Amino acid sequence: MSGVRVLVGTRKGAFVLTADGKRDKWDVSGPHFAGWEMYHVKGSPADPDRIYASQSGGWFGQLIQRSDDGGTTWSPVGNKFEYDGDPGTHQWYDGTPRPWEFKRVWHLEPSLTDPDTVYAGVEDAGLFRSDDGGQEWSELAGLRGHGSGPNWQPGAGGLCLHTILLDPSDPQRIYVAISAAGAFRSDNAGKTWQPINQGLLSDGIPDPDAEVGHCVHRIAMHPSRPDVLFMQKHWDVMRSDDAGGMWHEVSGNLPSDFGFPIDVHAHEPDTIYVVPIKSDSEHFPPEGKLRVYRSRTGGNEWEPLTKGLPQRDCYVNVLRDAMAVDSLDSCGVYFGTTGGQVYVSADAGDSWEPIVRDLPAVLSVEVQTLP
Amino acid sequence: MIRVVLPAHLRTIAHVDGEVRLDVEGPATQRTVLDALENRYPMLRGTIRDQSTHKRRAFVRFFACEEDLSHETPDAPLPERVVTGAEPFLVVGAMAGG
Repeated sequence: MSGVRVLVGTRKGAFVLTADGKRDKWDVSGPHFAGWEMYHVKGSPADPDRIYASQSGGWFGQLIQRSDDGGTTWSPVGNKFEYDGDPGTHQWYDGTPRPWEFKRVWHLEPSLTDPDTVYAGVEDAGLFRSDDGGQEWSELAGLRGHGSGPNWQPGAGGLCLHTILLDPSDPQRIYVAISAAGAFRSDNAGKTWQPINQGLLSDGIPDPDAEVGHCVHRIAMHPSRPDVLFMQKHWDVMRSDDAGGMWHEVSGNLPSDFGFPIDVHAHEPDTIYVVPIKSDSEHFPPEGKLRVYRSRTGGNEWEPLTKGLPQRDCYVNVLRDAMAVDSLDSCGVYFGTTGGQVYVSADAGDSWEPIVRDLPAVLSVEVQTLP
Repeated sequence: MIRVVLPAHLRTIAHVDGEVRLDVEGPATQRTVLDALENRYPMLRGTIRDQSTHKRRAFVRFFACEEDLSHETPDAPLPERVVTGAEPFLVVGAMAGG
């Protein structure tokens, strides 16, 4: 029987949650890398036994761990992330120039076809690639070298490249998103990049529709329709139907259009999920009710999904990389909270159950659908 | 022979249980000891000092013989009791680092 493996990164270690296709009985292993911040753990679509993990901490910096047996054993691989050439400066919070400085890896995106190729999105914002299973890393410097780089400013979490989307229909096309620079697209496998932020409006920057400077929190696509992108921005849920050429708002009837994650149903390209958060300063659900909102119309019309989720006194957050979907026939949806809960819905969001309740704050959730 | 005591997280990464014992060529300094340590345990590269500049990470300190050697130059000779193996060279994670 098919099954799922959920990879959870937390503030103090990683956890692997496994179940068969019913997704009602779970085995929990971990903490792996106890005590470390695990920003992201993700498996290769080309080989489910190959998993990459970003391990970092205040004392000893950044490591990358790799498993070749589905997360049972791990080995450290390369952790030298050196910007290409003179890295120059970006803007600091106060607007002064600040030298680019590597801090951590936020996101690891394995290639869709080659288990040894993996991309890393880092803080201060940059995109790296390894073609040897994570041993050596090279920067795709055309992104940071885009003319707008010196004007990029950090969001509250740092100047981080947190989203990497690979187009399954075109290996030359890559999307990334940076807080708080915005979204960018490459059509030549990462050599050169263009900002794709037209249509975004951000009140917190001097020019609300500037080419760059937008605090994009997350972008998602459905693999069958890679030109359609969905975005959770700092405020506003957005949609583009032309690969980011132009965005329009689809927040519709959401109780708040602030939030972090956004994801797409595995089999329904117009069914999308967000978790509304009250505001940029109040990072918890409106009214203390943890609600996932689902749109079956590609945005604008949203329904709250509450069955099995706490509907009073809930003040957790759901971070940008902490939602995922599996590809079983009945699409499973997963998310983790800063309160340490990981929830699963085995029926596309209609009902929810906690897999675990008391992990450290959850930073990321990914899921592998296993044969 | 130099005895090096690593903090628990780095012992886990390097898969060592107790002290690390290193033969260091030439004068024993922070630089030569860390070079020898990283040669034997490449997975520790970047965890104690920057891989390019070799600058000590901010929340890592070096102690020996009840002294804080963190601000000595990397090429200063280590205390004789460390060189002879009578005292270990301690790599310490600062209390503020976690």
